[in-house]
Amino acid sequence: MRLAIPLMITFVAGMIMILQFFVPATQPMGDSLQEWYMIVASAAIFLGAVNLIQVHTHKIRFKLKNWKYSPVTLIGFAVMIITGLVFGIEADLPFDYLFQQMVAPMAATMFSLLAFFVASAAFRAFRASNWRATLLLISAFVVMLGRVPIGSMIWNKIPLISEWIMQYPNMAGQRAVMIGAAMGMVATSLRMIFGVERSYLGGAD
Amino acid sequence: MRKMLFVLPLLVFTAVMFAQSGGLASVDGGGCFIQSLTAEDAPNDAGGGIDLTWTVAAGTALPDSMILERFDHDGIWSPISTLAPASGRKTDVGLDNDQEYSYRIVPFYNGAGEEPCEAVTAVPQKQWIHTGRIGMLVTLTLISLVIFYYIEHGKRGGKIYIRRIAGLTAVEDAVGRATEMGRPVMYIPGIMDMDDIQTIASMVILGRVAMKTAEYGSPLLVPTCRSVVMSVAQEIVKESYLQVGRPDAYQRESINYITDDQFGYAAGVDGIMVRQRPAAIFMLGTFYAESLILAETGRSVGAIQIAGTAMPSQIPFFIAACDYTLIGEELFAASAYLSREPKLLGSLRGQDIAKLFFMIVIVLGVLTATVGEAWEPATKVADFLKTITRVE
Repeated sequence: MRLAIPLMITFVAGMIMILQFFVPATQPMGDSLQEWYMIVASAAIFLGAVNLIQVHTHKIRFKLKNWKYSPVTLIGFAVMIITGLVFGIEADLPFDYLFQQMVAPMAATMFSLLAFFVASAAFRAFRASNWRATLLLISAFVVMLGRVPIGSMIWNKIPLISEWIMQYPNMAGQRAVMIGAAMGMVATSLRMIFGVERSYLGGAD
Repeated sequence: MRKMLFVLPLLVFTAVMFAQSGGLASVDGGGCFIQSLTAEDAPNDAGGGIDLTWTVAAGTALPDSMILERFDHDGIWSPISTLAPASGRKTDVGLDNDQEYSYRIVPFYNGAGEEPCEAVTAVPQKQWIHTGRIGMLVTLTLISLVIFYYIEHGKRGGKIYIRRIAGLTAVEDAVGRATEMGRPVMYIPGIMDMDDIQTIASMVILGRVAMKTAEYGSPLLVPTCRSVVMSVAQEIVKESYLQVGRPDAYQRESINYITDDQFGYAAGVDGIMVRQRPAAIFMLGTFYAESLILAETGRSVGAIQIAGTAMPSQIPFFIAACDYTLIGEELFAASAYLSREPKLLGSLRGQDIAKLFFMIVIVLGVLTATVGEAWEPATKVADFLKTITRVE
């Protein structure tokens, strides 16, 4: 029974989601399932919040390594919740102010790190260590050159070559990955729906 | 073979032809600026929708605006929408199925309503088969049958060759390395929720990785971006530790929730990497712009990194920054590969055969579409192939 009930729920929910794609009359059932999922996910937010508080209070209480960061997390968490509950979350209110002036700039800072990480990753990836890496280096160089004004100043065909690389070899490669992944998704879904894959329930065999 | 019976209902649906439509009502415009107004049941829906289309008569003065009116059950004409005369199309939704609805258009010239055009009627109905997806249903059914056939083949002990996947072969080495170095293993299941198939596949792999960490006695860190993923991950890891006989080594607090915010999560995980310096990092699931931020930070702390995603735009970043990368389908093959269970390996063979089928369809499609330019019958083959692979 420990395995049978979860497997049955997975089978019924999975089949409903497949059916509602092909049978329009069953779409309301699929919509209901998705609403149920939203309800479960909303309830689980409390689990996440409780976990966050537990982990950090535990660190503070036992003065674990790097515990000094935990009060910052807990204070930030409490301040955002209190301002949201007391003043509301509409524009030009304290919650929105904190979000726009603190959360958004911090997220932008993390995102901007990408520029430096792309440079360091590109440096490694584009080292001409073998013929394939050399090919990658040349095509990347042409694509980058084709996307800036100096490319067409050097030779007016460079933007066209750049576009050709993006539209044909690159697109073909991306679609191949997507088709392969789609097959994997179908196989994984079938394994889960029909209970062939059950390791996630602790019953590998 | 019994499991294949479950696929039969899908086949039955392919035989069910289209449910009757709600009928098509059409009127000529008469003296109205509308040449013809048509109302019909909206196709391929769960009911409650009527499609209205109209054409404007040539040579007539167009109104400034027009109002679409519906004759309600309580016997009055109610305006439902103000439309631009040339828009030509409107779908009325939220109606009761199997009830007759009438529509008419009232033109407005210089702000004054004129005599309405003639009314049309239609009945909204639900459909039992999506006509734009029949080809895909047949294709999916055949693929499912092939996959189930090979699952049964695997169960019966049939020999199945699966090529070596370096990234998956390295899982044991990575966990072993972490054990030797006395540092933790970190598992990042992507930033999407449990309704994403890549996250589901990642959770299954997490179970396998957790068994290895339980065997080797390495600490396992699983920072998550979603509360539901955290709950599922806690259960899966707990089950894995139980299966290996090490429930005492399971640490619930090491599988924790960080934040739902994409870059907040990246910052949190980067912080854990820098402070805890894991010796092995697994990044398996759905990733977006944070992929390179995580992978480069992991590289900077000297961890052996195994990444996998089906997001084509993120794969190059992982290839550049990680030691091993599972590309697309390899992510979904990981669980079967790691478990070596014959029935799961059989599903991989079925998956490969399905991929072969699509390769043949693509090559045939390109050939027939090209030859069709000069030889008409080839176009029909190309159209057929388009039909069986098209999804509306």
